[in-house]
Amino acid sequence: MFKKLAIGAAFALALAPASTFAAGGGEQHIEDFHFSFEGPFGTWDMNQLQRGLQVYTEVCAACHGLKYVPLRDLEALGYSEEQVITYAADNFEVFDPEEDDFRPAKPTDHFPANNGVGAPDLSLMAKARAGFHGPYGLGINQLFKGMGGAEYIASLLDGYTGHEKEEAGSILYENTAFPGGWISMAPPLSDDQVEFADGHPATVEAMSEDVAAFLMWTAEPKMMERKSAGFVGVLFLTVLSVILYLVNKRLWAPVKGKRLD
Amino acid sequence: MSHAEDHEGTRRDFLYYVAGGAGVVATGAAVWPLVNQMNPSADVQALSSIRVDVSGVEEGTQLTVKWLGKPVFIRHRTGEEIQRAGEQDPDGVDALPDPLARNFNLAADAPATDANRVMPSPEGEEAAAWLVQMGVCTHLGCVPLGDAGDFGGWFCPCHGSHYDLAGRIRKGPAPENLPVPPAEWVDSSTIKLG
Amino acid sequence: MSGIPHDHYEPKTNGEKWLNSRLPIVGLLYDTLMIPTPKNLNWWWIWGIVLAFCLALQIVTGIVLVMHYTPHVDLAFASIEHIMRNVNGGYMLRYLHMNGASLFFVAVYIHIFRGLFYGSYKAPREITWIIGMLIYLMMMGTAFMGYVLPWGQMSFWGATVITGLFGAIPFVGDAIQTWLLGGPAVDNATLNRFFSLHYLLPFVIAALVIVHIWAFHTTGNNNPTGVEVRRGSKAEAEKDTLPFWPYFVIKDLFALAVILVVFWAIVGYMPNYLGHPDNYIEANPLVTPAHIVPEWYFLPFYAILRAFTGEVWVVQFASFITGGIIDAKFFGVLAMFGAILAMALAPWLDTSTVRSGKYRPMFKWWFYLLIIDFFALMWLGAMPAEEPYASFSLIASAYWFAYFFVILPILGVIEKPEAQPETIEEDFNAHYGKANADATPAE
Repeated sequence: MFKKLAIGAAFALALAPASTFAAGGGEQHIEDFHFSFEGPFGTWDMNQLQRGLQVYTEVCAACHGLKYVPLRDLEALGYSEEQVITYAADNFEVFDPEEDDFRPAKPTDHFPANNGVGAPDLSLMAKARAGFHGPYGLGINQLFKGMGGAEYIASLLDGYTGHEKEEAGSILYENTAFPGGWISMAPPLSDDQVEFADGHPATVEAMSEDVAAFLMWTAEPKMMERKSAGFVGVLFLTVLSVILYLVNKRLWAPVKGKRLD
Repeated sequence: MSHAEDHEGTRRDFLYYVAGGAGVVATGAAVWPLVNQMNPSADVQALSSIRVDVSGVEEGTQLTVKWLGKPVFIRHRTGEEIQRAGEQDPDGVDALPDPLARNFNLAADAPATDANRVMPSPEGEEAAAWLVQMGVCTHLGCVPLGDAGDFGGWFCPCHGSHYDLAGRIRKGPAPENLPVPPAEWVDSSTIKLG
Repeated sequence: MSGIPHDHYEPKTNGEKWLNSRLPIVGLLYDTLMIPTPKNLNWWWIWGIVLAFCLALQIVTGIVLVMHYTPHVDLAFASIEHIMRNVNGGYMLRYLHMNGASLFFVAVYIHIFRGLFYGSYKAPREITWIIGMLIYLMMMGTAFMGYVLPWGQMSFWGATVITGLFGAIPFVGDAIQTWLLGGPAVDNATLNRFFSLHYLLPFVIAALVIVHIWAFHTTGNNNPTGVEVRRGSKAEAEKDTLPFWPYFVIKDLFALAVILVVFWAIVGYMPNYLGHPDNYIEANPLVTPAHIVPEWYFLPFYAILRAFTGEVWVVQFASFITGGIIDAKFFGVLAMFGAILAMALAPWLDTSTVRSGKYRPMFKWWFYLLIIDFFALMWLGAMPAEEPYASFSLIASAYWFAYFFVILPILGVIEKPEAQPETIEEDFNAHYGKANADATPAE
């Protein structure tokens, strides 16, 4: 009985923190996109990340910074060293305290912060938003669907209804994914706003997904390394458990007779 | 407790060896990350190689940049300096205090000729025009002054070491020539250090 | 060290004798490792080693994280990102440390409830129990301060809310709160002292753990029957016990390995599952998150803290008789610490002469209800402070106190316990049969 209760209790334990996420939600609508990086064996779609970087650079960067992300890390998206050098120098200027002046960015710099219009930094946005909560707040589906932050971002960018209202001197835009339903960010994306080198269609939904995937990467650049460490560790510990089980059984065999109940 | 199972001791021992082996692997796997985290991190490693734009360095001037936390002298020598430097070892390099080139880009036993000290010039420029070396006196680590000393090269004010126009030690307590760091041309106006 | 008769270390070679006459450390380790342990211990007894592992894991990962962390309000958040992005394997070290805290609390709660069910707190093990409670309190303090260090939104506002508890103390509350924070609000001074104490306390815990082990090695382990090991002679004691090494070390390590499979899967595949998204936003003293929730392991006591509002008659009564000194806020704080104190007092509140809950037919059900109550409180602690959660919280909190202060004392008087086995050997044989020297130890 104690055992059964404990199992039920452990289950309830798994429920508890998840329900805390659910509590903050409201009536937002978050679409459950199928990103390639979800699940224990999901991997980045490099083309998608590159498209996402392009959307960020051409659209989001106007107002949002990525101050925790080093430009050199872009090599992980499949760019060469030369490409990263060119990208950094062409797109960003940073303040160099040694030169006491602005200069073109180098790969060793970070993406610049952007505090111009008070837009939040996007480096960690995909981890700072819980998108969906699964059935009954059972957060365990994180294992298969990811944290949901990328879903939130994509849903938000694709969630404008076209309605707007004026409140306290600023214009608010109706958005089905934003808590409360009204957001101060104007719809940033429109169809064919950017032209993708790989010929991928540039619909609002496609661009939303691409930039959301890219922001998941900026928030958790080591996700693949982490998952493979998880895989190796789980495999090894399982083998270790089996070995220790056998050792334990053998060790106790002379002490124990036949089990009676 | 019984010892009647001794006849199958081999099988039992094998299991124990496997368990011990797995324990060793687990310990190793746990210890390595703890050691490795103290190695230079990605941001530090990224700075181990820098690119320097030398298009603005006129003949007869020197650019000092920081690389790996230390100054590097990038000297654009004039024709006159090149000529003088070539003639500063009339008795051969073996007569110099340090006969070795100390050039990272060459073999460790390369002799300290002026040609072995300088960078190969980019196309269209006079040979031996560029001298790149660490700006750290090989005596006790002070930063030598340029255009100074008895040999027209560098002079370390701390203890009076004189370096010639090829950065070779000629007089004073320093034991070695100024070391030449790993350097190469990325394009005709950019040097990559490291 | 142990009161149970057993073989002691005998130095044989001259070298061993030389060392032993100067520093008997080998003997000490031998006695600790070879301690006679009741051979009927079940799988609920493995959590001690899990806890030892957690402490070691947290100290080791913590020490290496400190090599890269910067305790300054302007740099703390960025230095965590530096760990996550730049430091070799830093993301794993950080996620291990983060989730290691959760494993630590899972283990400590199971360990505590195991003690509550099998009567491990009863004489002569009161000191072991009290030291354990001290360790638990220190763990909570350490975990709380550790959560502040990343300097995210939850870090900042959690620190603000929890240190606010001390402000509820009558007369001196504000002075104490200011002293704790080093200023009028959570700021750089707070971060620095929390960092210092977060580094210090685990070593205090380690020292207390040694005392904890020392204490129960003196009394001997409790066991599922609650029947004491026979101590008349060594031969008699050996019928009830087996040496800790290798029998229980291997058993515990097997259990630890299984638990680590789950732990590692969480670290590798969903390391932020138990965290809060708001902590990936840098602390901002001007914006409060919509819904402040403590880490899951604080939730049961957080629910008790919030349950006692000004509308509850107990609170109004306390306020009336103290002339308003105990207001609702202070009452909540008292209730929260009282809930932990109640556990610590269990050895003196439980009047039953029977140790193990296995042989207490009525106690069992009240105990199971306590477990349900604990999880109910945990769930309620995460809910917003509104109806119907507030009423549920109050009922659940009331049961927590009733269990310790009413049910435990009364049960011992009215309950008719079932028959207990005479000896541990009898219980063991009833489960596994008599050890047979001729039996092949086959699989």
